[in-house]
Parts: sequence; structure tokens; C-alpha cells
Amino acid sequence: MSAANNANHAVGQLVSRLLLRLVDLLQSHWKVIVVGIPFFWLLLFFLAPFIIVIKISLAESLIASPPYSPLYERAEDGVLSIRVIFENYSYLWEDDLYLNSYINSVKIASVSTVFCLLIGYPMAYGIARSNPTTKNILLMLVILPFWTSFLLRVYAWMGLLADQGTINSLLIWLGVIDEPIRMLYSELAVYIGIVYSYLPFMILPLYANMEKLDVTLDEVAADLGAKPTIAFLTVTLPLTLPGIIAGSLLVFIPATGEFVIPDLLGGGNVLMIGRILSDEFNANSDWPLASAVAIVLLIVLVLPMVLYQRIQARERGNL
Amino acid sequence: MKQRRSTFVLSMLCFGLAFLYIPMILLIIYSFNYSKLVPVWGGFSTRWYTVLFESEEMWAALGLSLRIALVNATFAMILGTLAGIALVRFGRFRGRTLFTGLITAPLVMPEVITGLSLLLLFIALSHAFGWPQRGFTTITIAHITFSMAYVAVIIQSRLSGMGTDLEDAAQDLGARPLRVMFDITLPLLAPGMVAGWLLAFTLSIDDLIIASFVSGPGSNTLPMLIYSRVKVGLRPDINALATIMIVMVSIGVLLACWLMIRQKHLLESDANTK
Amino acid sequence: MSQQTNYSYRPWLDGDAEPFIKIRNVTKKFGEFTAVDNIDLDIYKGELFSLLGGSGCGKTTLLRMLAGFEPPSSGTIYIDGVDMTDVPPYARPINMMFQSYALFPHMTVEQNVAYGLKRDKIPKDEITRRVDEILSMVELSDFIKRKPHQLSGGQRQRVALARALVKRPKVLLLDEPLGALDKRLREQTQFELINIQDQLGVTFVVVTHDQEEAMTLSTRMAMMDAGKFQQIGTPTEVYEYPESRLVANFIGSANMFEGRVSQSGPDHVVVTSKELGVEFNTEHTNSIIEGTKVWIAVRPEKITLSKTPLDVTTNQLKGVVVDIGYHGKTSTYRIRISNDQIIEVSVPSQKRPKGDRQSIDWDEEIYMNWDQSNAVVLMK
Repeated sequence: MSAANNANHAVGQLVSRLLLRLVDLLQSHWKVIVVGIPFFWLLLFFLAPFIIVIKISLAESLIASPPYSPLYERAEDGVLSIRVIFENYSYLWEDDLYLNSYINSVKIASVSTVFCLLIGYPMAYGIARSNPTTKNILLMLVILPFWTSFLLRVYAWMGLLADQGTINSLLIWLGVIDEPIRMLYSELAVYIGIVYSYLPFMILPLYANMEKLDVTLDEVAADLGAKPTIAFLTVTLPLTLPGIIAGSLLVFIPATGEFVIPDLLGGGNVLMIGRILSDEFNANSDWPLASAVAIVLLIVLVLPMVLYQRIQARERGNL
Repeated sequence: MKQRRSTFVLSMLCFGLAFLYIPMILLIIYSFNYSKLVPVWGGFSTRWYTVLFESEEMWAALGLSLRIALVNATFAMILGTLAGIALVRFGRFRGRTLFTGLITAPLVMPEVITGLSLLLLFIALSHAFGWPQRGFTTITIAHITFSMAYVAVIIQSRLSGMGTDLEDAAQDLGARPLRVMFDITLPLLAPGMVAGWLLAFTLSIDDLIIASFVSGPGSNTLPMLIYSRVKVGLRPDINALATIMIVMVSIGVLLACWLMIRQKHLLESDANTK
Repeated sequence: MSQQTNYSYRPWLDGDAEPFIKIRNVTKKFGEFTAVDNIDLDIYKGELFSLLGGSGCGKTTLLRMLAGFEPPSSGTIYIDGVDMTDVPPYARPINMMFQSYALFPHMTVEQNVAYGLKRDKIPKDEITRRVDEILSMVELSDFIKRKPHQLSGGQRQRVALARALVKRPKVLLLDEPLGALDKRLREQTQFELINIQDQLGVTFVVVTHDQEEAMTLSTRMAMMDAGKFQQIGTPTEVYEYPESRLVANFIGSANMFEGRVSQSGPDHVVVTSKELGVEFNTEHTNSIIEGTKVWIAVRPEKITLSKTPLDVTTNQLKGVVVDIGYHGKTSTYRIRISNDQIIEVSVPSQKRPKGDRQSIDWDEEIYMNWDQSNAVVLMK
């Protein structure tokens, strides 16, 4: 064997030994790796961004790149000074625009959630109680819009609600009205848009909950003398409460921060905090203010978010 | 008595489904309308499809969106599966509460907040390290971050339905935990992983807000393109695009449902006959 | 059957024999709940040992600790002389047959059975040989390419058994092996299990809640309750010489009479029941302090019925027949005695009755008696 071959052989041995060590390391610490990889990703790309948003919300808007003041500065003599500005938050509190936007967003989101519930609950109930073949078909029918582009479905309503849109044209053609009714670019349009887009998000958790319910409970209640309405109120409704809460939160929380629907269907008329945030950031280049808006929105939503997590954890524990 | 309740439920179902589908059906109908004005029916025509297919902008946006969606779906599937397995099978571990919070939050977080925060992160990183460049990379990273949360939900749901017996049996026969994961857990999770992949893919193709925030000059995703066009008013070529997407999604959903029903039968006959 | 009928095989009586499995001071707690409470157990090589008890008694937890799926909260487990308390399941010379069978649904029968051998890095042709061997032993050679969902319940069970045995483990753990089978299949499988164990000489540890099953299969059995052992012994010992009311009632059924010791001799004990106004004379080797409260247990099949009283002063009761259950091979008579207690008596159908009528009828006054060697004195 030549010297070159010997060297190659030795390198090969070294590499394979290192690989074996690596595999062994993986084997014994595999759990750390399984958790570690997603954990690390989320810490870097989900948690860290929030910390940055908080930091910037405590800065001052500047004409610079980036357009905000730094958190700390090193003076000539090396002294570190930290500059924290709360003006952004006090500004939000003082200016009516922001307060109204938050309140309006919560209002619109809440009302929409209620309507989603009113429509979605009977639908989920009907699907859960149907026979297996019908159930699959109905589920598919509900899931299909969920998978279709959100944006395009909102666009569809633009076509329906516009002054020269389908509904107005139909009503005029039927002779019910002479002039087109103003529907687009109004709060009504936003309500319709949100209920329409988020309805599947209400139906699916409700369905998941109802499907697990024992159907014979209704019969038991009837057997014990309860009229259907009473049976529903005392037996079915309480048991579906986790589903109701989960579905409601799944609609309410993202709807509060909605941007597309108030933008396309509400025009400039409907104040929602999502649009305000985007305007401050893009139009005004006021990053600190936009960040403050985001943080306050987060604070408004933190309780519902934690509630949602708790419910999900409990449901999973019950499986 | 039962009849009365059934009629109410039935009528709500019909109303609800009509409510969900009529707008989409109208979209499709009007995509074939010769006239540009929505209510005026100018005769059946496919001219808007031609307009659509001739748009270079549209193809570029589609291409970008598809590339992002493919990369996103694959990584989100992997990360979400790892997260799901960890949450269901690992019991208590340090940082579990934080981890659970981080993996659930993207599901409900308003997109404007996620978009803004990620953009600020990317700018900070860009300043410090010169990477990443805003565009394909940043959009993909952003999408992976929220898609993996959805995949994790699916995986957790499937995994908790599968008892630990099979994995215990594999260990009992001499397989070490990592091997058990590859031999038993992952193959049985496969349908869930596929569902997760498809969901992540769809979420990515559909995302507007986050992509708007984190994209760079010249990188227009399909939703961004659609948005800029419809902001000014109704456009029949968008109707054409909508029709195509609805048809494709329908085929996809039908296929997925059929596959899932078949898989269910396979596993059910396993568990039942004893 | 040979282990059981081979009366010379009693390693637990041999002071020099080293137990194959040694469990010492093992406790398992789940939070506040103690599933297994400081137990000791010796199991010898070649035994078919049953862990018997109701649900929640801790038997499955103990089995899982033997398999390595649960680490004990405290205590040690030795297998073949080696401390295996902290050894993970994949490194133990133990294999388990799960109650749910746990066959891998995405693998064929062949792949399922070969799985364990592949993990041991055994050469391919050796694997094929051993798989074929074990599958022919359980009579499933024709099903080698099938997937689990294509098999019947009984067939799946045999695959699970084959998969666990093909690695020639030192110990085989079986978790409720016959629970899911119907009666006929169960009886058949019981004998098959015993035969296989004989052939391979593997030590079996079986968990079951079915006392009949435990008695048929085992060389020895341990009855568990609330995490502790109530009694350990051969089926005969546990059945005929229970050490507590709990054991007497769990294994088969027993008629209990409460009373106080009025006389204690070297080989017998006389117990008086004030309530019933009778005396029980029972064989017993230890002496018991007079006045102690004890129970007399008599099994239903040990009691003789007669229409007229026998000329005895002890172990006789008078009662009225309130119910008769006809089981073909036997009949069960339920008889009410003076304190309203119902006594169960099991009578074999040794003589064919004339026509439809039994010799003893409802509402008849009847006398029950038994020999002093056929009852047991229980202190707890």
C-alpha cells in the first residue's frame, strides 16, 4: 500500500469515527434536538421580534435610517445612557383617533363573533348529528371555502355590495328600489366581510367538540322528562361550551387586528386598528408609534390569547 | 319534537352553505362575462382568462408565491411535526410552558402584529449581519414561522389519538427512541404530515399582510398583486384567477378527503377487530 | 401442563435456588397516588407466574416496571442476577405481549415478527429462518405477507406472541393475554400458551384479572390489592388455603362465618358464632388466643346437603332453599340461614334426576355440613 493510500485510509477512519460519535450524540440527546430545533426557530423568529417591537415602541421617531432613536448610546467618555421614551404610549392615550380605533375594533370583532356563533353553531350541530356520508360531504363543503383564498373571497363581496354590484342590480331590476343602496365602504360591509371570512373558523372547533359528544345524552334527557329546549339548554349547551369559547376566540382575536376587510370593504370610513398600524408604519414612517400601537393591541388581546391556550391545553388533556 | 329542531338546524345549514358559496359562484359566473361591468351580462366569453394568462406580472407573482409556498410547506411540516411530537410525547421538560405559548400564539396573533415585528427583526438583522435580504428569504422565513403552528396542531391531534403502545412495543423489541420515531411514529403520522404540508402550502399562497410587510422591492407575491389591482375596483381578470384557484382548491380538497377516508378505514379495521 | 403436574418442580421451596427475577422494596408513585407499595417478589426460572387482581391494584404498573417502561420510584429489580432497575426497555432481555397486541399496522406479519431481530443486527438469512420457525410454531406460516388489519383477533394475538418470542427472551411478559378472546378461543389458547412455554422454557409473567385463567395457567400466582401482595402461592395453595377474606372472595367464592375462638388445640380450632348459635370445628395448625374474632371460610363445593340433620355437634347449619341455579354440570343452591345470610352450595349433577325435577326443591328446609378439613380459619 502506498503512503497516499495509508493516509486516505486514516482519514476515512477518522471521519467514520467522528460520524459515529455524532450519531451517538444525536441518539442520547435526541429529545433535546427534537424540541430544540422548533424552539430555537420560534425564539429567534417569533419571540425576538416582539422584544424588538417593544424596544422600538420606547424610542423616538427620527428622520434617519432606521427611523428611530437608539435605545442606548455610548457618550464620548464611554458612559452608557439608556433613552426610553414613553411619549408614544401617552400619545395613543391622548389622541381620540387611537382610542376610538381600539374600541371600534373590539366592538366590530365582538359583534362579528356573535353573528358567527349564531350562524355557525346550528351548522356545526347539524353536521355533527348527520349520518357519516352526509357528514363527510358537509365537512368538505365547509372546509372548501376555508382553503380558498381569503383575499378573493373578500373580493367576491366587493362585487356583491358595490353600487353597481350584484345585489343592487338585482334589487333595481326587481323594482324594489330606484337608487342603489350604499353598502360597500361601510361598517355593514365590514361586518358581512368578517362573518363571511371567519365563519369556517367558528364551525370547525365547534364541530370538533360536538362530534365527541355522546348522542344518547339527548335521549337520556328526554327520557328523564326534559322538553327539547330545556334539554338543549341544560345538557347540550354546557357541554359544547369549550367549543364555543375556542371558536369565538379563534374569530375574535384575529378579527380585532383585521386589515384587509376594513381596507377593501370599509374604504376609509371604518376605523380599525389594523389599518391604523399599517398607516403609521407605511404612510407616516412612524415606526415607534406603529410599534406602540402593536404593543397596546397585544395587551388588549393577551387575556383572550391566554384563555385560548388554556382551553386548547385542557381539551388536549382530555383526549 | 325532534322534527322541529331538525327543521331549524336544517334551514340554518342551507342558509349557511348558501351564504358561503353564493359569492364564490357569482365570482365564477362573472369571470365568463364579456362585459367589464359586473352586473351587465355581455355574453359568455373567456377573454378575461386570456388577459390573465398574458400578464407577465401575474406569472412572476405566481412563480414567486409557488416557490415560497413549496419551501415553506416543507420546512413548516418538519418543524411543526417535531414540535407536535415534543408536546405530546415528552411530558414535562424545562421551558415547556414557554414553548407551548410560542407554538400556539401564531394561530391567533393578528397578522399585522406578526408582520410588523418580523419586518423590524429583519431590518435589525440586516443592519447587524447584512442578511437577510428582503424578498424571497424573508417572506419564506415569516411563513414558516406561522405555518408550523398550524402543522403542530394537526400533529398533536393525531398523535394524542394514537396510544403509546406501538412505540412501547418497538422499544420493547430493541429499538432505541430515535429509531422508534423513524420506524413507527413518523410513518403513522404520515397522513397528518401530508395534511400539514398542504395546509402550510395553502396558508402561504394566500398570505397578504405578512408578505406585504416583510417583502422587498420587486418581490410581489400573488396576493400582493391581486390586492394592488382590486384596491382600485372590480376587475374581471381577477375573477378569472379566482375561478381557477377555486377549481384547483376544490380538486385538492376532494382528493384529500378521499385519501383521509381511505386511511381511516385502514386504521379502523385495525383497532376494531380483536 | 407438564410444569404443573410435575410436582417435583418447586424451586421456591428450595432454599438454595436463586430467583431469576428479584424485586426488592419496589414502590411506584404517580404524584400522590401509590400504585405499587414497597413490594418484594421472587420469580424462578421456567415459572409461569400470574399477577392477579382487580383494576387499579397495581399489577399492570408492576409489569411495566419489569418491562422497563416505568422506572420505580424506589427499590431494585434484578433479572438473572443483574440489576436492571434503570435499564431502558430496549436493553432488557425481556419481551412483552401487549393487551392491545400493538402490531405495527404499516408492516406485514413477517416484518412485524422480524423487527426485533433486525434491531439485534442478526444476519438476514438467520432472521428469515427464525421467523419461519416461530410462525410455524404458532401456525401462521400462510399469513406471512398479510398486514394486521387483514387478520382475525386470534391470528393477531398469535403474531404478537410470535413477535415477542422470536427473540428468545429470558422472560416474557403478558398483559391480559386472553382478555379479548371469546370463551372457546380462550380455553384453546390457554393450553397453547402452556405448551409453548414448555417447549421454549421461557419464564412467563402474566397479568390478569381473571382468576380462573390465572389458576389454569400458573405455576404460582400473586394476588394484588391496592399496590400490595395479599398472597403468593400455587393455585392450590391460594384456592384451598387463602390467607385473608379478600383472597378467599376474589379467587372463586366463599361462604364466610364470623365468630370468636372458644377453643384452640394443636391441630384444630373451635369457633363459636353467637349470632347463629353454632360451633365450627376447623383444622388449623397454629394456636389462636381464645376470644379472638376470626372468620370461617367454606367453599360452595365443599358443603354437603341433606334433608335430615346429621348426628354432629359442629359444622352444621339449617336453612331454607331460596334459589336454585342449574348449570348443567353443577347446580348452585342459595340457602337462607337464621341470620338471613345466604349460603352458596355447589352440587355436582352426579345423578340424573327423574324428569325435570331436582331432588331438592325451592323453599325446602335443608341441612348443610362439611368436614373440618374442608374449611379455613381466617384472621383478616
